[in-house]
Amino acid sequence: MTVALYILGIVSAIVTLGVVVELLRRRRLRERHALWWLVAGLLALVIGVYPPIVQAAAELIGVQVPANLVYFVSIAILVLVNIQHSAELTSLEAKNRVLAEEIALLDMRLNSLESPSAEISTDTTHA
Amino acid sequence: MVVARGGVVHATRNHTTGGADGNSTATSMLAQTLVVVPAFNEEATVGSVVHEIFANLQGVTCLVVDDGSADDTASRAREAGATVAVLPFNLGVGGAMRLGFKYGVRGGYRYVVQIDADGQHDPRQVMAMLAALDGADVVIGARFAGEGDYYVRGPRKWAMAFLSVTLSRTTRTKLTDTTSGFRACGPKAVQLFSEEYPAEYLGDTVEALVIATRHGCTVRQVPVAMRPRAGGQPSHNPWKAAVYLARAVVALFFALARPSRARTARNQ
Repeated sequence: MTVALYILGIVSAIVTLGVVVELLRRRRLRERHALWWLVAGLLALVIGVYPPIVQAAAELIGVQVPANLVYFVSIAILVLVNIQHSAELTSLEAKNRVLAEEIALLDMRLNSLESPSAEISTDTTHA
Repeated sequence: MVVARGGVVHATRNHTTGGADGNSTATSMLAQTLVVVPAFNEEATVGSVVHEIFANLQGVTCLVVDDGSADDTASRAREAGATVAVLPFNLGVGGAMRLGFKYGVRGGYRYVVQIDADGQHDPRQVMAMLAALDGADVVIGARFAGEGDYYVRGPRKWAMAFLSVTLSRTTRTKLTDTTSGFRACGPKAVQLFSEEYPAEYLGDTVEALVIATRHGCTVRQVPVAMRPRAGGQPSHNPWKAAVYLARAVVALFFALARPSRARTARNQ
């Protein structure tokens, strides 16, 4: 492995971590969403600083090509993050729906309060 | 009964004006009934549907839920004399109906009837459905083979047959038309549906029945004749029908597999 490659590994890990931390600092990213990215960034930094760790881990598990272990872990993290986002999206949609319903109800109530004549006619219909 | 929530629009209507004879009982029942018409781009038909509801069901309140329509659905419904709720964007029939049930609960209505805005459902059948609420919480107006012009074939027919068989077992009553949107709900079901009414496609018809049964509501069906839709025939595209079958199976599977909230609450 060349020195340039070694530095590239470390720099990309640091840039990733830097972006995540900066977004957190500016409150552009909530902690619960940043967790996975922090884990991935730290993992990349550890591997970047000390590459033989991948070799050792691959041998330990029995993965023949160490790079495959890296791909496997990366893809696994991406899949988990995606599933989490889908779940979050679902709960946001549900809340959004409730808000839309409440807005429609409030809008009706406001209209009936602003036009007293309509209110009276409604009352007589049902009295 | 005092409704504590802030959204009370009408006075509660649990009055007991009904006399001994059946006619005035029916009248007081209608006064406590909210007819919900979910409407999405139905400006051509919604006005006549509302007129027909008021002409045949004296004393009911008619709420048209404009489900994010781009056309004049809301103003047509208002002109016809309906109360109109306008959703800011399209939620689907399930979302529109849940709004209807919420309005019903907050307004103190005992019964909620769903009628489609396309003119397919005949309001004259509603009295029979309300009468059937005497021994049930949810009454489905079911299309029968002999009555009306409604028929289906191919995958869509299989889907409906599959849903009928499975849901008949779940609800322990014979159901032949589980996807019918023509329904009447009693007080127990109205309360339940105002909190839990599925918004997903097919969920509003299929899953609602599962939820109702799981919460101890009884389901019945009443045979009704349905008219052909004013806006075109149901799709006979085989691909669409196959997708419909797949979605029906998936919707039903998850409806039945879902942990019941009532059961969870009881265990706690």
